[in-house]
Amino acid sequence: MAGKPKLYYSKGRGRMESIRWLLAAAGVEFEEQFIETREDLQKLQKDGSLLFQQVPLVEIDGMKMVQSRAILSYIAAKYNLYGKDLKERAWIDMYVEGTTDLMGMIMILPFQPADQKENNLALITERAKTRYFPVYEKALKDHGHDYLVGNKLSWADIHVLEAILMTEECKPDILSTFPQLQAFKGRISNVPTIKKFLQPGSQRKPPPDEKYVAAVKKIFNF
Amino acid sequence: MSGKPRLTYVNGRGRMECIRWLLAAAGVEFDEIFLERREEYEKLIKDGSLLFQQLPLVEIDGMKMVQSRAILSYIAATHNLYGKDLKERARIDMYVEGIADLMQMILMFPFSPPEAKEKNLDSLKERATNRYFPVFEKVLKEHGQDFLVGNKFSWADVALIEAILAVEEKIPAVLSAFPQLQAFKKRISNVPTIKKFLQPGSPRKPPPDERYIETVMRVFKL
Repeated sequence: MAGKPKLYYSKGRGRMESIRWLLAAAGVEFEEQFIETREDLQKLQKDGSLLFQQVPLVEIDGMKMVQSRAILSYIAAKYNLYGKDLKERAWIDMYVEGTTDLMGMIMILPFQPADQKENNLALITERAKTRYFPVYEKALKDHGHDYLVGNKLSWADIHVLEAILMTEECKPDILSTFPQLQAFKGRISNVPTIKKFLQPGSQRKPPPDEKYVAAVKKIFNF
Repeated sequence: MSGKPRLTYVNGRGRMECIRWLLAAAGVEFDEIFLERREEYEKLIKDGSLLFQQLPLVEIDGMKMVQSRAILSYIAATHNLYGKDLKERARIDMYVEGIADLMQMILMFPFSPPEAKEKNLDSLKERATNRYFPVFEKVLKEHGQDFLVGNKFSWADVALIEAILAVEEKIPAVLSAFPQLQAFKKRISNVPTIKKFLQPGSPRKPPPDERYIETVMRVFKL
């Protein structure tokens, strides 16, 4: 049996996108079932598929996994993207927690009141430039390796690339003062599995538009 | 040199308490530094101790670790509290992530405006009794074992007992419909390291009071 992982979510980025990135980077093909109506979500809740009644849901290796961090950690470990020992793992975890915070701010942007948009964008830019990107810039500068941790491609590299591209969508020149990250972006984008994911026709989802925002509000009732 | 982990935070629960619980459960002695003034926090930022300029900070095994999830994962893994294989680890991760969402409600509680407190208490009760506690009640009932995962004491058990006690502080009868959890609470409270942590004089911190809230507002400039 093929046993491809199966992803259940709405047809957009949200909390599933980092999982799509990681599976794609690991060269793992996956299927997707899109939740389009409130009824679709309620069906999943009623049939006991969702441990805490929430999505993302990823069916993988016989498990119905929920909680995006749990899912990401499992995939990273399974596909050797989690460093060679516990200390490398600790560094990868610290780095991805930082990018998770940054991407979290961008994720909720379209769901916030329009009159706060400018302020929120300014905060995202400020955080990216002064709190998060300097950390990765320094790490790369200090060790001079191609990858963030352990001189080997890991979940940290994939997550940071995702965060860079997402932040650039908000502010195109965000990397102007980060030469290491510019080179990093070029390098990691050329990793064959990632290059493939960045091409049209892949399962990468586009930035949220008004239609997506409306659909999500309806499905999740907020 | 003691080689004991050293925790830096304010003198209260916040985002450090789950780390204190896990270290204590693992039988690990630790030192603590409590910040009282904003200047102390700014000094930590200036001297580069805080990767993302945030606390908690745990100095452990030669690393200055930040991001509570990264810290907790490291402690669990280095002290055999993370299951025997990747699938048990996945289960533990799912459970602790759900519990973290519940604990987040409690974390924010003291900082919510007085007029929102009753509503927030109702939300907490609803989530605890309808979303989170039923999951763990069912898990324990189905396998009939003493511990949540793999018939062995793990991080998941520590996280759950911390959450049960924290919710009970706000809603004393919250376990009334959960006999498995009542028995679990008793059992886990009697694990020797946990029993010790629950006694007066341990590093366990009391519920947030006015003084704690003031300290947090002052040090983190909220």
